[in-house]
Amino acid sequence: MERVLTTLSHNEPDRVPQFLLLTMHGAKELGMNIKEYFSKGENVVEGQLRLQKKYRNDCYYPFFYAPLEIEAFGGEVIYREDGPPNTALPVIRNIEKIFELESPKISESKMLHKVLFAIEKLKQTAQSEVPIIGVVMSPFSLPVMQLGFDKYLEIMHYRKDLFDHLMRVNEEFCVEWGNAQLAAGATAICYFDPVSSSTIIPPDLYFKTGFRIAQQTIARIKGATATHFASGNCLPIANLVPGSGTAVVGVSSMENLANLKEAFKNKLTLLGNLNGIEMRRWTTDEATQNVRNAIEIAAPGGGFILSDNHGEIPFQVSDEVLMAISEAVHEYGVYEETVG
Amino acid sequence: MKNTKHFCDELERSLLLLDKDASEKVLNEASKQGSAIEIANQIIAPTLKKIGDDWEEGSLALSQVYMSGVICEELIDKILPPNHPVRIHQPKMAIGVFEDFHLLGKRIVFSSLRASGFELTDLGGGLTIDGLVEIIKKEKIEIMLLSVLMLPAALHIKDLKQRLGDTNVKIIVGGAPFRFDEELWKEVGADGFGKDSSEAIQVVTKLVEEML
Repeated sequence: MERVLTTLSHNEPDRVPQFLLLTMHGAKELGMNIKEYFSKGENVVEGQLRLQKKYRNDCYYPFFYAPLEIEAFGGEVIYREDGPPNTALPVIRNIEKIFELESPKISESKMLHKVLFAIEKLKQTAQSEVPIIGVVMSPFSLPVMQLGFDKYLEIMHYRKDLFDHLMRVNEEFCVEWGNAQLAAGATAICYFDPVSSSTIIPPDLYFKTGFRIAQQTIARIKGATATHFASGNCLPIANLVPGSGTAVVGVSSMENLANLKEAFKNKLTLLGNLNGIEMRRWTTDEATQNVRNAIEIAAPGGGFILSDNHGEIPFQVSDEVLMAISEAVHEYGVYEETVG
Repeated sequence: MKNTKHFCDELERSLLLLDKDASEKVLNEASKQGSAIEIANQIIAPTLKKIGDDWEEGSLALSQVYMSGVICEELIDKILPPNHPVRIHQPKMAIGVFEDFHLLGKRIVFSSLRASGFELTDLGGGLTIDGLVEIIKKEKIEIMLLSVLMLPAALHIKDLKQRLGDTNVKIIVGGAPFRFDEELWKEVGADGFGKDSSEAIQVVTKLVEEML
């Protein structure tokens, strides 16, 4: 915990913290398929405990999968054997129905309860030694799964009445869900907001929409937050993101890490930016080299957590590569000897 | 056509302002000088290409690429409707989202291709290997564009290609996993890869020229 807190304060801890954001690999550890694994909170607890120990990870990540919140809104997810569950058809098919949408009650969602259970159990084990990272989808990004990206962009541009109502509903849910995870024992909340990234919307639109919504929402979440753009770019909005109230920014492998370090220096801690897709075919030597490169660029002065660039490492990434990443962080991430 | 640069610049400006009326006015002016297909090929396609390229370089956002494509598609349908002879004499082409319901990327490429004068069938989302094999064979599709979002779906293109071994269909892929690992499309045996809508137009144009 101290290692993470030190880097968040933009000072150098003993070693670069490593957040291997593993969700499905717990199923592999337990010899289960992904659907069975996520069917019980106990499985995720055991999976996270094993993964943390195996890779000497600096966090627990009891995030199940992205469409979990859509299930709370009455939507369906599709499981697959070799990847994260995905949304089925959008839960809102007629955009006019947005006016009838209400924030779901957390107490009524079985899936959300499984997550809270997992966080509580991990907290009992971890006490305050290892941070537990909870996850919310931002009110501004959730509509991609609620109504589909194309319809969402159209209401964002042409139907302010629908957009505003949707944001109000989603903000209520996001705040309640984030605070429920904190109350269960999460140390911080990862605020996934890919739609705000400059890959998806222009900076001026971000300023008028995603940024203001993040400001309002994050202010009501009673704990530290990390904003993750899930592989999306953020350099063009680097002047704005710190003003949203977040402490950490999840950055993409598509942007230059040195430029990101410079842009967010002493403002936000960088979380990233190993390419999770390419990671699948890395050799262990490539994994080591990529970790070394990232550490050399982003670790000096603190304010850096080594992670992947998406917030979820693909199921196809081998244990050998994950172990090589972990070993490289433990070898080359030690501050006195190699960094800075 | 004369003054194509002027028309392209004006169209780009109007599209980025999401001004459909102004965009239509540009195309109406252009139509006094050229045929519908010339407008599609010399004004709309290069303008959408530039907008796509600017997204690739990071100076524009995906929302702008999408909205531009939707506006152009609507406008081009007025001057180059689906039953226009230019659209009919092309290899049979379709587009869809493979093993997913995230439709935006597909919609962007669909709009851009249609606005550039190509005709293609939109098969929607949630396409499976079995479903695709059946429809490709039944409809005799010659060019199949597939958009994916998740890595497993990208990897399953390899299985699809194997199942389609006895056909001549060309599979062109696009989507996030292929953007983050530019070797992946070759690994799964695709016949082409479009990094964005602009590249998709280039790849399809080249393929169509070879096939006609």
